[in-house]
Amino acid sequence: MVERLTDLTIADALDLLNKKEISSVELTRAHLAEMEKARFLNVFITETPELALKQAEESDKKRLSGEKIGRLEGIPIANKDLYCTKGIRTTAASKILSDFVPPYESTVTQNLKNAGTVMLGKVNTDQFAMGGSTMTSYFGVTKNPWTDETGAYSLVPGGSSGGSAAAVAAGLCLGATGSDTGGSIRQPASFCGITGIKPTYGRCSRYGIVAFASSLDQAGPMARTVKDCALMLREMAGMDSHDSTVADLPVPDFTQFLGRDLKGKIIGIPKEYRSKDLNPMVAEVWDKGIRMIQNAGAETIEISLPHTKYALPVYYIIACAEASSNLSRYDGVRYTTRVPGKTLDEMYENTRTDGFGAEVIRRILLGTFVLSAGFYDAYYIRAQRVRRLIYNDFVEAFQKVDAILAPAAPTTALSYEAMKTMSPVDTYLGDVFTTPSSLAGVPSVALPIALAKNGLPVGLQVIGRHFEEQTVFQVAQALENEAHFVKTPHYVKG
Amino acid sequence: MYTIQGKTGTWELVIGLEVHCQIISKSKVFSPSDTAFGAEQNTHVSFIDAAFPGMLPSVNEKCIEQCVKTGMGLNAVINKYSRFDRKNYFYADLPQGYQISQLYHPIVGEGYIEVTTSEGTRKIGVERLHLEQDAGKSIHDMSPTQSFIDLNRCGVGLMEIVSKPDMRSPEEAGEYLRQLRAIVRALGTCDGNMDEGSMRCDVNVSVRKTGETGLRPRAEVKNVNSVRFVMQAIEIEARRQIDLYESGESFDQETRLFDSVNLETRLMRSKENANDYRYFPDPDLLPVILTDEYIENIRRNLPELPEAKKKRYIETLGLTPYDAGILTADTETAHYFETAIIGQDAKKVANWVMGDLFAYLNKSGKTVTESPISAENLGALVGLISDGTISGKIAKEVFELMAETGKAPAVIVEEKGLKQVSDTGAIEALIADILAQNADKVAEIKAGKEKLKGWFVGQIMKASQGKVNPALANQLLDKKLAE
Repeated sequence: MVERLTDLTIADALDLLNKKEISSVELTRAHLAEMEKARFLNVFITETPELALKQAEESDKKRLSGEKIGRLEGIPIANKDLYCTKGIRTTAASKILSDFVPPYESTVTQNLKNAGTVMLGKVNTDQFAMGGSTMTSYFGVTKNPWTDETGAYSLVPGGSSGGSAAAVAAGLCLGATGSDTGGSIRQPASFCGITGIKPTYGRCSRYGIVAFASSLDQAGPMARTVKDCALMLREMAGMDSHDSTVADLPVPDFTQFLGRDLKGKIIGIPKEYRSKDLNPMVAEVWDKGIRMIQNAGAETIEISLPHTKYALPVYYIIACAEASSNLSRYDGVRYTTRVPGKTLDEMYENTRTDGFGAEVIRRILLGTFVLSAGFYDAYYIRAQRVRRLIYNDFVEAFQKVDAILAPAAPTTALSYEAMKTMSPVDTYLGDVFTTPSSLAGVPSVALPIALAKNGLPVGLQVIGRHFEEQTVFQVAQALENEAHFVKTPHYVKG
Repeated sequence: MYTIQGKTGTWELVIGLEVHCQIISKSKVFSPSDTAFGAEQNTHVSFIDAAFPGMLPSVNEKCIEQCVKTGMGLNAVINKYSRFDRKNYFYADLPQGYQISQLYHPIVGEGYIEVTTSEGTRKIGVERLHLEQDAGKSIHDMSPTQSFIDLNRCGVGLMEIVSKPDMRSPEEAGEYLRQLRAIVRALGTCDGNMDEGSMRCDVNVSVRKTGETGLRPRAEVKNVNSVRFVMQAIEIEARRQIDLYESGESFDQETRLFDSVNLETRLMRSKENANDYRYFPDPDLLPVILTDEYIENIRRNLPELPEAKKKRYIETLGLTPYDAGILTADTETAHYFETAIIGQDAKKVANWVMGDLFAYLNKSGKTVTESPISAENLGALVGLISDGTISGKIAKEVFELMAETGKAPAVIVEEKGLKQVSDTGAIEALIADILAQNADKVAEIKAGKEKLKGWFVGQIMKASQGKVNPALANQLLDKKLAE
């Protein structure tokens, strides 16, 4: 029996629940108590303790009565505040949606509900998932549960799924939903020392997730272990008639592939990722990771993904273009907070100027520019062509290798003070290693390997073929077993 | 050839039409909401239509099928690969802030419509047909300070059918529109109802000196919503442009609005103020890929098109091209006609439909489907004339009673005792009477004034209240006079 229920993995918690050694209500109460203690970290935008306890009670009742239960029955989770949740405020961490209560549930959160999970609340994110720090949130920045060298909570948790990563790291939930457009699951996972997967584009439905960039957005789980992510993804993924971009493919039980050895597996080490942007502390951990994967029985070879350097600009052109159009619906006419004006155009201007933060406005302007007459071919069309080349890089690489091992982020978690002084473009550099796989649509799991010299966690990503999440999980878990990463941030250690 | 005489010479017109046809489908093109017209405001609106956060479109396959059918009706290329693009602009009745349309890869490519005017038959090119979603309705006249939005129409599937600039006269443009309406109606892909806005038309007009080959700038005249208005708008806009050129001015491409009350077109926006719609492929939707099998299956089940029907009426029923054109102009009339001719002489039925029936419907403001005289009954009426039961003159009277009562003609003839008298004895007696009373005229006939025979027939009909079979009356009159 573990000392703290909030330190459990999902797999272990399920085991204890099934053995009736603990109840979901106990588990949920423990997390609600932690949430209260951790309020200074500013992880949740909306806490739903009453709903959580009600769901936990129902869950316990089901389990006791022998009714059919879900595969994640009674597990307390948090949802990124980008997922629409029926009857529960969904803000996308923005002012413009700060009072929006969806009358419907997103497919992914509905799937998790159906699997028996208990929702503790909605966690912080960068506004409309635009950012890598949660600093663009209208509800304030989330603090990373890991501290700096002076012991101060001065670090960002990464983003955009920074609330989800911090919640998992700080023991405020057993798992959380995140979403990843250009690295929004993997970079915060790395910054907070947890595990998260961006599945193949088309694996999870986007229905009911506030859209940022439709051709890139992908839902994914964040948790403390590879196995927990595998357990969650199985429930989240699958065909949905509401989203035409979801693949009509069966969702395997990903956990079945875990624990198999890596004999015969070839892992590619992309040379282009050893760039000037890569912090030497992170490079060291990457080298460690390469040795670990070799110890686990895999062979590593150097590979080339020649178009890597174009990924960042291509990503920002495509993502902003799509965002500029996706965010047009927040116009003050229907559900958004309206700021009146003398004319319709003035009302739009007032509403949107007031309702969107600076980063969101920046990206809408960028996107509007790259789609405008005279620039469309030079930016958007060219970016789409290069995106195809980046995609081809991966397809070719995967003819030689089973997976690719690379850093998830070029640095460890940065401080807000440092980030405040950075130009927007410099902050975009944080996505340099995650945007290529986003553009290619391939699955990628980020998991913590070791602490860097500065005492902060560093995550590596394992990238695999389209719809081969099972291989990605298998390789990642082998790495996890070798790494023996101490998953305890300063906050939890106390 | 149609031209307009100006001060500096004659001018010809170059006309192209963009027609928006609302697709007949139970639900909207990207959402499951109902499409029925005339429902209470904002009752047929889903979260997708109202563009709530996280909502995604998914294509209604029925709308794809309707576009393919219509494409076939336009003799057009069906594109096996098509794709959706977003047309971005802000307006209060456009919740998404963009309209999903098809700019780069439309579902239907080039085709044509055969149009017959007083100058003959010509093929008018169709440039493309693309699938898009309709916007909602803004209502500005209910309050001086507020506008109201009705989203019932928002997201209803539209086919935008763009012609080539092939038309040269208002008449031709009007006929193109009529023919297009007949095609979509026959196919059941759009009800073609311009009053309710389920078919809307934008007109592109430019003029050039007779003999010029290039094209001058055009004006797009928006929302011209009847065939008559289209013809009027073209003429008015062409005259405006000619006046401009002839007074030494010119103009750049612009968008104008037709004012059907003051009969003028007004500037909406010039080229500089044109919207930049920032089209790009919609990342929420996959390309539409059609298989040969799918296309052929639709082709096999295509109903007869007005053009083919018209040919059949001419070739197998012996109608004139003019009559065939009128009877095939809409599906309902064609259906009525084809029901009425069963077992009857088609030409005679055609005359009754286009003559008395149309006159009656016109006068009473009814459509052919609302006619109190059923197609079967009209056919039966023609039958009664053909077999000599009643005369043509009595038939007119029966027709009136049929319109009033909806009864079958045989019933009316029976009730009113209108049956033609074919009893020779009775008629001979009647003739003998009349001849006796008019001995002077009989003498004149016998003296060679044959024309007077007609006068006698008239007297016989009058005396019998029209019930005597006229052919029989003539025959018996001759016989009596020869006695």
